[in-house]
Amino acid sequence: MEAILDFIGTNKEILYFVILSIFVGIEVIGRVPTVLHTPLMSGANAIHGVVVVGAIIVMLDVSPTDYISLALGFVAVVLGTLNVVGGFVVTDRMLEMFKKKK
Amino acid sequence: MIQNILEFAYLIASVTFIIGLKMMSNPKSARQGNLIAAAGMSLAIAGTIFLYENGEGLTSREPIKMGLIFVAILIGTIIGWLTAKRVQMTKMPELVSMFNGMGGACAAMIGLMEFHHNVGNTGPQMAVILGMIIGSVSFSGSVVAFLKLNGTMQKPIRIPSYNILNSVILVGVLIFSGYVIFSGTSSSLLLYLLFAAALFYGIMFVIPIGGADMPVVISLLNSFTGLAAAFGGFLYDNKVMLTGGILVGSAGTLLTIVMCKAMNRSLWSVIFGAFGESAAVAGSSSTMKGSIKDISINDAAVLMNYSKKVIIVPGYGLAVAQAQHVIHELENLLEERGVEVKYAIHPVAGRMPGHMNVLLAESNVDYGKLVEMEEINPEFNSTDVVLVVGANDVVNPAAKTDPSSPIYGMPILDVENATNILINKRSMNAGYAGIENELFYNPKTSMLFGDAKSVLTKLVTELKSM
Repeated sequence: MEAILDFIGTNKEILYFVILSIFVGIEVIGRVPTVLHTPLMSGANAIHGVVVVGAIIVMLDVSPTDYISLALGFVAVVLGTLNVVGGFVVTDRMLEMFKKKK
Repeated sequence: MIQNILEFAYLIASVTFIIGLKMMSNPKSARQGNLIAAAGMSLAIAGTIFLYENGEGLTSREPIKMGLIFVAILIGTIIGWLTAKRVQMTKMPELVSMFNGMGGACAAMIGLMEFHHNVGNTGPQMAVILGMIIGSVSFSGSVVAFLKLNGTMQKPIRIPSYNILNSVILVGVLIFSGYVIFSGTSSSLLLYLLFAAALFYGIMFVIPIGGADMPVVISLLNSFTGLAAAFGGFLYDNKVMLTGGILVGSAGTLLTIVMCKAMNRSLWSVIFGAFGESAAVAGSSSTMKGSIKDISINDAAVLMNYSKKVIIVPGYGLAVAQAQHVIHELENLLEERGVEVKYAIHPVAGRMPGHMNVLLAESNVDYGKLVEMEEINPEFNSTDVVLVVGANDVVNPAAKTDPSSPIYGMPILDVENATNILINKRSMNAGYAGIENELFYNPKTSMLFGDAKSVLTKLVTELKSM
């Protein structure tokens, strides 16, 4: 019990951050018309590609002679970039069709 | 100072994610929302590459590292861009699943690489292992989803008592990870065994789920990857990863629930309900009474030509036959002759919600003619002809009448209220849900067999000659 309260005390900012972020995520999805479900899912997909930032951090912090890690990190950055670029481009393609024709 | 600039960049990026997602929930601002989020993402990535500094001075920017980073980004960008641009609209769902898997794999690899740096540090190691596991599950699950949507995995793989099996595997994986985290072990063997176990669970999680439920599963896996990204953010205390990850994790979960509601299935029954299994049961009751009527192209054309109102129900068959342009031609022809034409769009027509809209918009069908199910259902009883093209489950009355049917409870398009029902299919084969459709035996129904594109083209030709 004390340990839990200790944890909350030391990490209160992060806890607020997490809880508020969760609410923002929920609010933002609010009333989405069915027709936008797929593009929205695709857009969210692209946004979680932010994980590529972590892969870049790994590459920057690793020793330049640690060839294995460099290779793995390289692959990770490729994968993450695929998620980001592919995700945003696919979403854009889905959304360019939402033009009202006069 | 430099760190403050980077934190500022992360702040801007986080805000663009929030605003971007918000804008994407409205058709008018959706496209800009996507671009704004993309801009924020680019800022976050560029900022990290040039400004990031690890607190303990581990960061170095040797030419080899920078070179590798740039080449990796270049490769990812080229392949991602080309694939996303070139792929047919019908393959969109598979593609979204694949890109999701890539993100999951990236998160998993980060976990694998950070393991040895955090041995003995329970807190950070938890973020490492959880990120690795969730990323792996998302990766292998996404690959399976891709293969199922692709058609490569056609047959539902029936695993006996898969619910119990999967629960056991999950508990096993959790206990195993608990051990790895809290024992402070530095064993690579254990790490990679855990990795393999997580990959295995991902496969087992998705394999028993029916193809028709894949969009829901992909949305769920999407939020998993978001969660994995968030754990990466915890590990590095990186605010932009945290924001992006948690946002997608929570928004993705809610979106999954909303999608389930649109199909009138609960998330529980999607994951744990045996969609595949009850089809085997319902299959035995498939001795349909009555006979099927064909109709000739000529008669069909006459019927439509002299109608006041025609409603078209497009389905996946239309997309597969690449007939969306021909159907637009048909629509135009009929309208020229004073026939009112509308399209009835069921929420899960096609392979994903919104799929049909995207396909039809691709052939310049006026957005205003695409009517959602709830709005158009009351109009069927004033409709002369309903033309069902390549759709099956979304007009299957069993959803209303047969409690043993796997689609029972799903809201459908009430086409049987129309005066005449024309159904175009390639053959009498079952639709995506694998069940019989008694609509075909309805006295008001006539079947137009053949590939959607060729049948529609012939109809157009007939109409032109009248």
